[in-house]
Amino acid sequence: MTRPLALVEQFQYGLDAPICLTWELTYACNLSCVHCLSSSGRRDPRELTAAECRAVIDELERMQVFYVNIGGGEPTVRADFWDLVDYATAHHVGVKFSTNGVKITPEIARRLAASDYVDVQISLDGATEQVNDAVRGPGSYATALRAMRHLAGAGFRGFKISVVVTRHNVGQLDDFKAIADRFGAQLRLTRLRPSGRGADVWDELHPTAGQQRQLYDWLVACGEQVLTGDSFFHLAAYGEALPGLNLCGAGRVVCLIDPVGDVYACPFAIHDSFLAGNVRGPGGFAAVWRESELFAGLRRPQAGGVCHSCSAYDSCRGGCMAAKFFTGLPLDGPDPECVKGHGARALAAVAGAPAPRPSGDHSHRSNRPRPVPVSIGPRPPAGPGPSPDRPGLPPDRACDQSPLAGFRPG
Amino acid sequence: MSTETRPRAGFDLDRPWQLHPQVSVRPERFGALLYHFGTRRLSFLKSPALLAVVSSLGDAPSARQACRSAGVTEADLPAYAAALATLAGSQMIRERVSS
Repeated sequence: MTRPLALVEQFQYGLDAPICLTWELTYACNLSCVHCLSSSGRRDPRELTAAECRAVIDELERMQVFYVNIGGGEPTVRADFWDLVDYATAHHVGVKFSTNGVKITPEIARRLAASDYVDVQISLDGATEQVNDAVRGPGSYATALRAMRHLAGAGFRGFKISVVVTRHNVGQLDDFKAIADRFGAQLRLTRLRPSGRGADVWDELHPTAGQQRQLYDWLVACGEQVLTGDSFFHLAAYGEALPGLNLCGAGRVVCLIDPVGDVYACPFAIHDSFLAGNVRGPGGFAAVWRESELFAGLRRPQAGGVCHSCSAYDSCRGGCMAAKFFTGLPLDGPDPECVKGHGARALAAVAGAPAPRPSGDHSHRSNRPRPVPVSIGPRPPAGPGPSPDRPGLPPDRACDQSPLAGFRPG
Repeated sequence: MSTETRPRAGFDLDRPWQLHPQVSVRPERFGALLYHFGTRRLSFLKSPALLAVVSSLGDAPSARQACRSAGVTEADLPAYAAALATLAGSQMIRERVSS
């Protein structure tokens, strides 16, 4: 049989269809999170109609895309959202959707708990109201916790609590884990990208070098109890790889469909440079996936550039394309958060030069919040570390932003 | 062969097996992708030959017979048994109860 490495190589050259993809159904959102990767807020009048969404789902079924990660914006504010979820699952396309919880009533929670084909991910960016609401806006912590109570009360086991790791919440990892344990949920940590509005706050919110190390050690200790969506593969340069394939899947095994049908290489790369086509074009989504010049380029072997001589290159593979792009770094150079420090030096070299701006901005026009600097008091003495896995919780390794989360070659 | 479940000790090649009804299979150049809608796990079949074995499990009187039909040699049989054990451990395949 083929050696495991060969499989990884296969993924680099792309697949006939994505393993899963992210689909942002709307730019409309009741919140205005300062780091929103899609600069969401206002609905785009060109948004795909329900009929167009159903046509995309039909296509995904034909391509045997197992499931989609639906996000936004806040997808549940679309009046046809629940119908589209039902349509997808009836057509053998599983759904995992991300929500801030605003529409998760007890009744909806019961409906969700009854389906094997729907998974829910509640966003939470602080283990305390103070830290969360500074980034996600007033009331958002209470909304998220209420949704979690409703899901847990309806018997929905193993829903996800999704945290974007920032400078201000990285000290709360054990507390996030405790919240997840309390609700019978699973914690998922993802990386802050300088995408969308995140570009404006990345400098002040991205974890410091010391915090990155702390995060890495915590993730290694937790192993597969905590999902990461293959988000932190740049940290593999510390030594041991984290669970996942540790490969940038952009255009190879993942992509993004945005609310107006534009197809981008990845959810963090909403920029014309990474726009592969539109599902409204001839041939639909399949034609974009299979024939786009951009994706063909991403599937060719990538040169390591200046990173190639680095001892860690085989581990981190140069890191995240989107993180480099939106911080103004060359794509064949180090990740801005390179754990060897090459990113910091590269950033210093381009300081003052304008970085590319995300394409499109659907932010609410007024009351655009700014992050409130918060500090976290000293933590109580360290606990015993991650609690052992709880029997009975489904061993969920579903695809997150990267479908390869949890995959261990070999 | 699957994502992170360790193979069970041993695998009974002489029992009848089948793909779990909640598992979807998507053929790929390298073999196939498997997705289990119940456990929400993704797995990979790393060769077309293994896909042939897995696809014929449900109709074969035993896993051993499914392997033979797919052209698996005696020498290769232990490797296939190990792969099937891993798939059984992650519930991608299960023993078929005779009807």
